[in-house]
Amino acid sequence: MPNSQMTPGIQSGRLSAEAYQENFSDLHPPYEPHEAAVAADRCYFCYDAPCTTACPTDIDIPMFIRQIQTGTPEEAAKTIFSQNILGGMCARVCPTETLCEEVCVREVAEGKPVEIGRLQRYATDKLMNSGKHPFSRADVTGKKVAVIGAGPAGLSCAHRLSMYGHDVDLFDARSKAGGLNEFGIATYKSVDGFAAREVDWLLQIGGISLKTGKSLGNGLSIDQLTTAYDAVFLGIGLAGVNALRAEGVDKDGVSDAVDFISTLRQAEDMSTIPVGRNVVVIGGGMTAVDAAVQSKLLGSENVTIAYRRGRDQMGASGFEQDLAASAGVRILENAQPVKVHGNGAVQEVEFEYTETTSDGLRGTGETFRLPADQLLKAIGQTLGETPEGIILEGGKIAVSDAGRTSVNNVWAGGDCATGGDDLTVTAVAEGRDAAEDIHQSLMG
Amino acid sequence: MADISANFLGIKSPNPFWLASAPPTDKEYNVRRAFEAGWGGVVWKTLGSEGPPVVNVNGPRYGAIYGADRRLLGLNNIELITDRPLQTNLREIKAVKRDYPDRAMIVSLMVPCEEAAWKAILPVVEETGADGIELNFGCPHGMAERGMGSAVGQVPEYIEMVARWCKQNTRMPVIVKLTPNITDIRRPAEAAKRGGADAVSLINTINSITSVNLDAMSPEPMIDGKGTHGGYCGPAVKPIAMNMVAEIARNPETAGLPISGIGGVTTWRDAAEFMALGCGNVQVCTAVMTYGFKIVQEMCSGLSAWMDEKGHSSVDDFVGKAVPNVTDWQYLNLNYIAKAKIDQDACISCGRCYAACEDTSHQAISMSEDRVFEVMDDECVACNLCVDVCPIEDCITMEPMQPGQIDPRTGEKVPSEYANWTTHPNNPSAVSEPTFGG
Repeated sequence: MPNSQMTPGIQSGRLSAEAYQENFSDLHPPYEPHEAAVAADRCYFCYDAPCTTACPTDIDIPMFIRQIQTGTPEEAAKTIFSQNILGGMCARVCPTETLCEEVCVREVAEGKPVEIGRLQRYATDKLMNSGKHPFSRADVTGKKVAVIGAGPAGLSCAHRLSMYGHDVDLFDARSKAGGLNEFGIATYKSVDGFAAREVDWLLQIGGISLKTGKSLGNGLSIDQLTTAYDAVFLGIGLAGVNALRAEGVDKDGVSDAVDFISTLRQAEDMSTIPVGRNVVVIGGGMTAVDAAVQSKLLGSENVTIAYRRGRDQMGASGFEQDLAASAGVRILENAQPVKVHGNGAVQEVEFEYTETTSDGLRGTGETFRLPADQLLKAIGQTLGETPEGIILEGGKIAVSDAGRTSVNNVWAGGDCATGGDDLTVTAVAEGRDAAEDIHQSLMG
Repeated sequence: MADISANFLGIKSPNPFWLASAPPTDKEYNVRRAFEAGWGGVVWKTLGSEGPPVVNVNGPRYGAIYGADRRLLGLNNIELITDRPLQTNLREIKAVKRDYPDRAMIVSLMVPCEEAAWKAILPVVEETGADGIELNFGCPHGMAERGMGSAVGQVPEYIEMVARWCKQNTRMPVIVKLTPNITDIRRPAEAAKRGGADAVSLINTINSITSVNLDAMSPEPMIDGKGTHGGYCGPAVKPIAMNMVAEIARNPETAGLPISGIGGVTTWRDAAEFMALGCGNVQVCTAVMTYGFKIVQEMCSGLSAWMDEKGHSSVDDFVGKAVPNVTDWQYLNLNYIAKAKIDQDACISCGRCYAACEDTSHQAISMSEDRVFEVMDDECVACNLCVDVCPIEDCITMEPMQPGQIDPRTGEKVPSEYANWTTHPNNPSAVSEPTFGG
């Protein structure tokens, strides 16, 4: 512990080894069997259940909970995986408080929903820890599909296609599969290398050939893919980031929150990750919260999330905002950055208060400064390099319901495509549904 | 403050809560702890004849049925009568009774079906100062195979005979404990009365297998790979016990025969229900085996508070008060018409009422796009299933229709007069004037 929380600048080793260990342990520890039984018993087995309706992947939630309750958690896991092959990760990262658990009738009735996410984790952990893969491939069809991007959408699509007997080449720009599951989620939501284990488990189905280090523009092109494969699915995510328009953002100590998070996720030893004494995060989404909370957990003395609108407009859910608050992160609303001060490296960030008028958001003219030796930008991601010849809409790949793009035999889903929220679970649903449509189209 | 003391067959106890003859009353140590905790009386665990005592298995004696959160709903046991020497039990009974003269001390007995055996044991029990005896004609396992317990209780003639022997050979009040493992509970109760018994107590445990071990393919509790039927008790048996109590209470042959109620009594409310059906007191076992002796304090405070609320100054004020309202199906008023009503403010839209009614009943609940559930009065037969499956208390209620209103289901006016099956045109044996139940 060479440094402390008070050490100025961006420093590593601010905390004791025990503190790092505790700070980056599982956010929601898994249920013990009895806890699971008690939690499962709270489910009313609703008719046409609202939780299922709210789930982007339409998991039959009352059924899987009943299967847990009757002592067959592995059957429960099959119910989950048949709709959502990444049900294990979704159990950890889904904002259940704004999806299934928000509409749970017990949430409505007593403010305490059935803990669906944790029950899902209990079931999926049971099956995955057994090492078994519950699905097998249909007879090989001889059709070949290229899936670009091995994140949640691509993995989901590839698995479903392989189940139908199609051979899949799964490409990813990075050296590891998993996408945001591997590089983009807060560490305490996916401990013990879960994302990588999940990919390995998923690939057990066979028929999927993972090819890393390749992306559109880097060894792959739409033209070439559509020629070489019977169908193409793009699950390329959002590789670019929005630029922060404020004076002085090129100073040292200013970086993108997604890179900060990605470095954290790949780190073996948290004490090696440098973090500022005073950290300011600009943005209002999950990325902002993940970056801010983890800065605090790494030992920052002061962490502030600054968002240009009110809290109710934040992309991060109430649960995430509370998580930030309980970690000691200050959430500053209605403030936009105007200038980064410092001599070479950031020392202060100057903000202007904002107000929402009938003409939209505008600055009030009143400014203030926050001390900062690290500024993390989390103001949204963009498609990055645009795939050639494909029609976009609002900066994303325009798709129909089943993920068809403007180019024949090319489908897209996940964050890179229009429709749905930018959530893991939504990406899984879109990947799966595109696979169904590709299958229909190939076997027509 | 209501007076919750009880006087059963002249045996006084500070409250109507006795411990049933069972493992908790097998020895002095336990019974002293029970009396210290506040129990009104005990029925000492069944004694057998002088001689080498019975032996018990050395593996599991109990099996359980659980509700949510492992709440014990039903327990079964294969324990036999006391496995301690007769003289030890007698000495302990005497010592405890001497130290707790205000508590009821009943001794449960089971000896072979010969008059000599009863003649031998009755005086030595009397000598302890015990307040009464209970004849164990109910135990369904182990002893029945030896011609005792439920083997006697299932033959009314034997009950009558043994009860008579006891009445002739002791001054102590005689309570006959009945087995529920019989077709018509009224017959053994009548026999006990004919034999001169002062009271009956019921129910003893029910023949049962609580579970099957699907790996070993053996009933549980499992002893070295095999299991046997045991006696079932606990909250799960309460409805069966209460029906049997009521049958005896309303049977003209046995009306007025004192009853000590047994079967799943767990709370003060359970006790009050048994007593309303005619029991002068209740006996408890599974509840203390689950939670310990301390629960009697809740039972006393709850009963007392309820009696205050209802204005009952003593237990005699409500014992048997529900008996006149226990009747036969044929005397139920067929002109009473109710409809289910869903309180939309209380409804949490789970849809269980809809699933139950639509899948299994009368298709009388509608569901809208936005999950509003409403009763269709023109289909509702007031079966109550929706009430029973609704997780929210009082969300669905049964609202009686008023005479003169039109029942939307039949299109007919709700009659004001009582009419039952005895006069119904569909009844081949219909009579012109309705008969009424007792």
